[in-house]
Amino acid sequence: MSTPHVFVIGANHHKVPIEVREKLAVDAGKAEALQADLAGIDGLREFAVLSTCNRIEFYGVGSDAAAAERVQAAFCARQHFDGAEFEKFRMDLRGREALQHLLEVAAGLDSQMLGETEIFGQIKEAYAAAQARKSTGPVLNRVFQKAFQAAKHVRTATAITVGQVSVANVAVELALDIFGSLGSARILLLGAGDIGEKTAKAFQSRGAATLTVSSRTFERAMELATSLGAGAIPFDQREARLPDFDVVVCSTSAPTTVVSHPAVDAAMRKRPAQPLFFIDLALPRDVEPSVARLDNVFLYNLDDLAKIADENRAAREAEIAKCRALLAERTETLWKHIEPQLKGLPGLNHGAGADPAPSTTST
Amino acid sequence: MPSLGPVILNVLTDRQWMWIASGFYVGGFLLGTWELVRRGRPSGVAMYTLIAVGYALQWLGLGLRGRAVGGCPLGNTFETFQFTAWSAVSLYLLVGVTFRSSMLGYFSSCLGAALTVLSLSIPAWDATRRTHIFGNNPWIEFHAALALFSYGVFALLALTSGLFLLRLFSLQSKRIGGWFSFLPSIMALDHIGLRLLQAGVTLLGLSLAVGSVYWLRDTGSVSHAKLLITVGLWVAYAAALYFRLRGRLLAKRFAWTCLILFAAALASLGPVDASRRTPPAAAVHTPRAA
Repeated sequence: MSTPHVFVIGANHHKVPIEVREKLAVDAGKAEALQADLAGIDGLREFAVLSTCNRIEFYGVGSDAAAAERVQAAFCARQHFDGAEFEKFRMDLRGREALQHLLEVAAGLDSQMLGETEIFGQIKEAYAAAQARKSTGPVLNRVFQKAFQAAKHVRTATAITVGQVSVANVAVELALDIFGSLGSARILLLGAGDIGEKTAKAFQSRGAATLTVSSRTFERAMELATSLGAGAIPFDQREARLPDFDVVVCSTSAPTTVVSHPAVDAAMRKRPAQPLFFIDLALPRDVEPSVARLDNVFLYNLDDLAKIADENRAAREAEIAKCRALLAERTETLWKHIEPQLKGLPGLNHGAGADPAPSTTST
Repeated sequence: MPSLGPVILNVLTDRQWMWIASGFYVGGFLLGTWELVRRGRPSGVAMYTLIAVGYALQWLGLGLRGRAVGGCPLGNTFETFQFTAWSAVSLYLLVGVTFRSSMLGYFSSCLGAALTVLSLSIPAWDATRRTHIFGNNPWIEFHAALALFSYGVFALLALTSGLFLLRLFSLQSKRIGGWFSFLPSIMALDHIGLRLLQAGVTLLGLSLAVGSVYWLRDTGSVSHAKLLITVGLWVAYAAALYFRLRGRLLAKRFAWTCLILFAAALASLGPVDASRRTPPAAAVHTPRAA
């Protein structure tokens, strides 16, 4: 008879390239069928599935050591993915290591963008979904709840989430340092480049008042404006309309500057007390660098933003050891509770049939 | 059995209470510095608590002094510095919590500590205490208190101007991490600066208006130097407000103007106090050592 154990098995961005992750991704349609497959696995007492663009991970409590293998087999069969191939890059952690892993994922330590908090919400969703299906039980309920507490603790006790690490979010953060709030900020997007679009979306998601698009091709501007729920203005009006905006995001592929010093000077005479923030993401640059000398005008180019993002990333990386130490303490405490709990569960008698699969939720 | 209030009040002298208050302001400043160096961010709640306790104790000290001198304690340079610090901290406690103000708390404790320690450290500033300097005229007392309160407003304005320059430096030098991230936004600092300037100009103007009623009755009651300095200061602040509202004194120049004007205001306190003529009812005495 085997001892019940807690495990995590899966694959994530550390070892698996995006092309393979695409094949492993579980969409909503497949998810239901996969859940049913997992629910029928012998000896799998509890489970939860975490599926994001960067990872597919199965957290479980098995009545025997082979339960994780059966989960892998069921998953590969459902995805039509070669099991031997999966084993080359799979992550397979047991016991205390599995708990530490979940705590680190929840705290954003295992994320591609170190310290990001979106993963916390994704784990909460995964756990809520597992609870709704009654596929978690006393062990996983405790593990997940403690993981959430630990992640919150790490976020408040360390600087792991301080400072933005993407160019778009750094730009938004700078705008907040200038305007305080974006509730009345009017954004002008010059050019239809990808990075400009992402930055504009970041402003929208943080509550910018209005977004207006202007591109050298008006049709393209209209198309992008429609997709973003924004307005559009002809490109030749860009300088004359500058006084109407607070933030100008530039990402054209124009060979020369498209915003001149005299135009900004004229705009500022119409709104002298109101700052104007230029985010120049274009190469070659769209805004004449000398505008930064004007009162109440702030100009950041791509290098400036990337440098800040890099500094923030380095600052977060410097916090990793502190975070891991905090999480290790939490894992140890959690393991002290989980280990006897696991020992108290009935194991699987090989050849004598399976335990009833997923136990009911205790909360 | 005597009530507890008077017993507590008589345990220490007014200057001793003010020393303790000053200690709390210094404590707030040291705590803020420690937290900035150690954690890269100022301590919000602890800082606010230290300042609030210091403020309450300073109020107690000023109250005792006021009782001793029979009116608002504005009879010498020590008292005017103490009252200015108290006014500035009053405003911080009122407005500090309404916006990202942890750095404002740090600098307020710094200002409170600097003004109070300086005034306590120079015994000559408190060598003579004038009692009943306002005679029995509450309007003159009101005029003086308003004027000093406006100095407190200008002190806080100087503080927010300093923060504005730091924030501007951080944005222009593209260093936004570390403790710079705890500074309020440019717009917030600009708005609060404008509001403080409006409040300060109004209060000082009101004070001068009240004072002018009595001056017109007896033009010899106020020295020309005092008249020139106080009216000149008000005109300078009012001009700054006018040009700010017209959009001709903005951002860095506005902040520097407010800082320079406050330095001038502080420098004027000594001459104004020295040129004050003692009203008939006032008495001068040398206090017992604190």
